[in-house]
Amino acid sequence: MNDSREEMGIDACLLAGRLMMEAGAETYRADDTMKRMAASLDMHGADSFTTSTGIIFSPGGQRRVKLTSIRRRATDLEKIARVNAISRLLSSGEISLEEAYRELKKTENGNFMFPFWLQVMAAAVASASFLVLFGGDWKNMIFAIIAGGAGFAVSEKFHERTRVKFFSEFTGSAMIGLISLAAVGSGGGSQLDIIIIASVMPLVPGLLITNAIRDLMSGHFMSGISKGMEAFLTAFAIGSGIAMVLSFQGVGM
Amino acid sequence: MTYVIHGVFSFLATAMFGIIFNSPRNRLLHCGFVGAVGWLVFFSSRDLLLEGDAVKASFIGAFAVAIVAHLFSKRYRTPMIIFSVAGIIPLVPGGTAYNTMRNVMEKSYDAANAHAMEVLMISGAIAMGLVFAEVIIQLVFNNRKTA
Repeated sequence: MNDSREEMGIDACLLAGRLMMEAGAETYRADDTMKRMAASLDMHGADSFTTSTGIIFSPGGQRRVKLTSIRRRATDLEKIARVNAISRLLSSGEISLEEAYRELKKTENGNFMFPFWLQVMAAAVASASFLVLFGGDWKNMIFAIIAGGAGFAVSEKFHERTRVKFFSEFTGSAMIGLISLAAVGSGGGSQLDIIIIASVMPLVPGLLITNAIRDLMSGHFMSGISKGMEAFLTAFAIGSGIAMVLSFQGVGM
Repeated sequence: MTYVIHGVFSFLATAMFGIIFNSPRNRLLHCGFVGAVGWLVFFSSRDLLLEGDAVKASFIGAFAVAIVAHLFSKRYRTPMIIFSVAGIIPLVPGGTAYNTMRNVMEKSYDAANAHAMEVLMISGAIAMGLVFAEVIIQLVFNNRKTA
């Protein structure tokens, strides 16, 4: 293997690992993907050290060790599936290294997210469904739709603008608290508790919770604990947003 | 009738979470199915078998989610996480966590403690359900390979 091709191979492995971690894959999956790709590229003795904030990849032998940092993390299951498919095709020899690298680059730059309005709609419908699951009254459904959609939209927009972690969830859940209070206060709705619980569900850090457990169980303690902490702080932010609104309302809850 | 309503709405909720988590387009219905199975197992075992014990029911629900998600991931050759992430969302103890927070605010710390312990137990039960299912799947799968 000549030098530039080797360089590309190392870059492809690192890129695949980084894309997976950024999209919210389990740490062992990112690790495994990189090792499989390296093995299919004849880099024997390749090893990697993956945490939720950075990856160190050693291709083995005399080759250079490289590292990459992971700055932003979002839940993007589509990206995980794509990178997984690319690495499968590369390992089975169905595509060449050049093609795989090009596909990975395309995946990195592409935007596969659902449009924002659709996500807000999804959050609204999900909130309404949870209202039913939690035993809410049908007539409160409309308030769950409004509060759930608005809370999700506010939280996402804040996250885009400020990039401050946890503050976006805090504002989102405060918004939900305000809308629910207004709904019940005006006499239109009842069951304040159930409306609030159903509406905050779209903000729940589901991926972090599952991943934290699976990372811990597979022995990746560093990323397991940091993801668990992130999940806990997110939950705490949601709780304090609601708590703030309710406390201003007085104790007559 | 209750079960039909719950089935429909848990399906809907989980599929919507598939959109929020940006699942692959052609897998949204599968995500919804996983969630509906998980919730129905949780709901029916809580009310029929366990007399309202949410902790054990969460364990059984998470177990069911992991099994179905694994079957799908083998069938479609996609990572299991795509199916399981949205599926466990309905099991998350949001209501109990809310009660914890509310009791803390009302300064009734005893009640808050009780609720907090329950949140901890339920989260642990979900984790154990996922892990148990995975271990069992691995054992079965490896046995078949060597046989």
